[in-house]
Amino acid sequence: MDEEYDVIVLGTGLTECILSGLLSVEGKKVLHMDRNDYYGGDSASLNLTQLYRKFRGDQTPPSELGRDRDYAVDLIPKFIIASGELTKILVHTDVTRYLEFKQIAGSFVYRDGKISKVPSTEMEAVKSPLMGLFEKRRAKKFFEFLQNWKDEDPATHQGLNLDIDTMKTVYETFGLEPGTQDFIGHAMALYLDDDYITKPARRAYERIVLYTSSMARYGKSPYIYPLYGLGELPQAFARLSAIYGGTYMLDKRVDEIVTDTDGKFVGVRSGSETVKAKQVIGDPSYFGDHKESGKVRVVEDGKVIRAICILKHPIPGTDDADSVQIIIPQNQVQRRHDIYIAMVSSTHNVCAKDVYVAIVSTVVETDRPEQEITPGLQLLGPIYQKFVSVTPLYTPISDGKADDIFITRSYDATSHFETVVEDVQDVWKRIIGKDLVLKKREVEVGQ
Amino acid sequence: MSKQQLQFKLVLLGKKKDQYHRESAVGKSSLVLRFVKDQFDDYRESTIGGSFSLLRLSPRWTRLTLSTLTAAFLTQTVNLEDGTTVKFEIWDTAGQERYKSLAPMYYRNANCAVVVYDITQSASLEKARNWIRELQRQADPSIVIALCGNKSDLAARRQVTQEEAQKYAQEEGLMWAETSAKTGEGVTDIFTRIAKKLPTTAPPSSRGGAGRAGAAGDRKGVDLNKQQRSTSSGDQCNC
Ligand SMILES: Cc1cc2nc3c(=O)[nH]c(=O)nc-3n(C[C@H](O)[C@H](O)[C@H](O)COP(=O)(O)OP(=O)(O)OC[C@H]3O[C@@H](n4cnc5c(N)ncnc54)[C@H](O)[C@@H]3O)c2cc1C
Ligand SMILES: Nc1nc2c(ncn2[C@@H]2O[C@H](COP(=O)(O)OP(=O)(O)O)[C@@H](O)[C@H]2O)c(=O)[nH]1
Ligand SMILES: [Mg+2]
Repeated sequence: MDEEYDVIVLGTGLTECILSGLLSVEGKKVLHMDRNDYYGGDSASLNLTQLYRKFRGDQTPPSELGRDRDYAVDLIPKFIIASGELTKILVHTDVTRYLEFKQIAGSFVYRDGKISKVPSTEMEAVKSPLMGLFEKRRAKKFFEFLQNWKDEDPATHQGLNLDIDTMKTVYETFGLEPGTQDFIGHAMALYLDDDYITKPARRAYERIVLYTSSMARYGKSPYIYPLYGLGELPQAFARLSAIYGGTYMLDKRVDEIVTDTDGKFVGVRSGSETVKAKQVIGDPSYFGDHKESGKVRVVEDGKVIRAICILKHPIPGTDDADSVQIIIPQNQVQRRHDIYIAMVSSTHNVCAKDVYVAIVSTVVETDRPEQEITPGLQLLGPIYQKFVSVTPLYTPISDGKADDIFITRSYDATSHFETVVEDVQDVWKRIIGKDLVLKKREVEVGQ
Repeated sequence: MSKQQLQFKLVLLGKKKDQYHRESAVGKSSLVLRFVKDQFDDYRESTIGGSFSLLRLSPRWTRLTLSTLTAAFLTQTVNLEDGTTVKFEIWDTAGQERYKSLAPMYYRNANCAVVVYDITQSASLEKARNWIRELQRQADPSIVIALCGNKSDLAARRQVTQEEAQKYAQEEGLMWAETSAKTGEGVTDIFTRIAKKLPTTAPPSSRGGAGRAGAAGDRKGVDLNKQQRSTSSGDQCNC
């Protein structure tokens, strides 16, 4: 290990692996290390043995769950939104060749004690019990307004300015009922709380468009999902990195982030060896509890509770869907943040046949987090096994430019990977000094 | 569509790193290069993390060779006498095996594996045994494994006898051959033998990547590279 690298990356979570892949393609010499003997860090998918080891100590998985190797249980509940930024990165880097995707069968929303499908076709919208007849007409006008909006054509603006007028104003313009606002803001714009209502409508507009264009792309729901679990995503980007010369070391302890007297990054120490590099990127867990100099580099920014539930039946009321998202808007259960359920099954090669894996999650608001997710757990029917975690969300306190130490964020409570890509773009800009631009490579190479 | 076309995923495994932590490669990438392009490059050093067309080059060069990589994404077709075409989707390790960091994705759905040792290094056969154990543990039980003693052109420096390797292969039920990526000896032969054995033992690869026709049954995935959804049902919500 006497070589010197451009960048050392610590942790093989999705954020770190995308960065490692993109940096290697860019021509950087990358060393990627992980303390675990598996890929994925906090965004890994675990087999049964690994899952039980993580949550249950010595307890062995019950044999009736089937073969260990049939399982890939995600630690974080997220789906890929079809027209989002992660899809773009997957396509542009060509890592799609290592992956296979399937649709998530449906997206549901909770209202007045029961769940209804978010309409994915006009037919479903007409039949949907989520709105009454006249409200559907008003909603149609609202969606037509969004669909027809062109920045350069004031005739399409109906007197509204998305950069100034709040979403509240937009809702009022179309006379939408609070229930419809909840539906649009939480089930379509995927806001976790109601803070967006008093902000300029532009961002909400973009999020609704992202949702509807993703819905239109493959049909059943706006989401797609990689076969064999989300843990395949970091592996695919790690392979991209390796093909471009990245060096991979799993099961490697990281003992110290070595800095010089000015606090600038020098290298990473593992045991008696120190590997040098110009810059270091890592997930917060590599910078949190280091004994070294007691330096605080990350702060806690809330907590998320996640309950991984193994079921032996599909979720009631979903038409036996093999995979679903269910959103419980905060208003429905007197909370500040929505509760999410994400469920996948053997259709996605993540568990044995006739087993369903649902994760109920939310942002923690009280000191009794497990009670907070009760409304979600109650929708699942009998739960065969439940693995609960409460995870702090960390953010770096500095942008890393001064000390060449670039820290990524924890995986948040949102239902897809768009904030992960935002983090990638943000770290990229801090490291390279330029925006991340995804070019069509064939064109770039050919000229 | 009279002839049958089957696609299989093939992975390569073999020693990396000797006891002094030096690179001492057995020729996996060279074998692929010989098989796919009928080329051998004497001057190229062992692949440092690179896939077969990416040699130990300056980073800039690496980027430029990408077109080659994209164009020839490690596939090679073998036409069998009975009219069947066997297409190999070849996965080279990209160096991730060096520090025991091969991803499970690598083994996933592999239909066949070529485990390579270097006949001039007895330690490399030991390593090959480890890889075979690893495959028996991790991969699908129906996987076809070929043990391949490479660098047969260097027979003068031989440390592994044919008898020893063949005996081990027989015991474990593996195919076996000696090859030289340098002269080409035995290379096409071993891949053809694998191609002949596959259709009788393994279900074809279900993982059809971009633009490739997977031989999958009912597992319809979505193709991210397509702009619009393929099923035109006409009733989609286009709001
Ligand atoms: C999530 C969502 C997405 C949407 N996306 C789109 C979109 O992409 N494009 C678009 O144009 N519109 C969209 N809408 C609006 C919705 O599709 C329209 O309101 C619907 O198509 C009805 O339009 P209509 O003009 O035929 O009016 P309507 O007058 O509302 O009715 C059409 C017919 O359906 C019957 N009907 C209406 N509501 C009910 C009900 N609750 N139960 C039984 N029968 C009923 C009526 O009697 C009438 O015969 C969306 C709505 C939702 C909730
Ligand atoms: N003489 C000889 N050298 C070979 C042969 N195959 C590979 N090599 C050399 O062995 C080294 C390692 O080859 P490489 O394909 O990179 O090995 P890998 O790391 O296993 O993929 C290179 O220097 C090759 O030129 C062979 O059949 N005969
Ligand atoms: Mg190689």
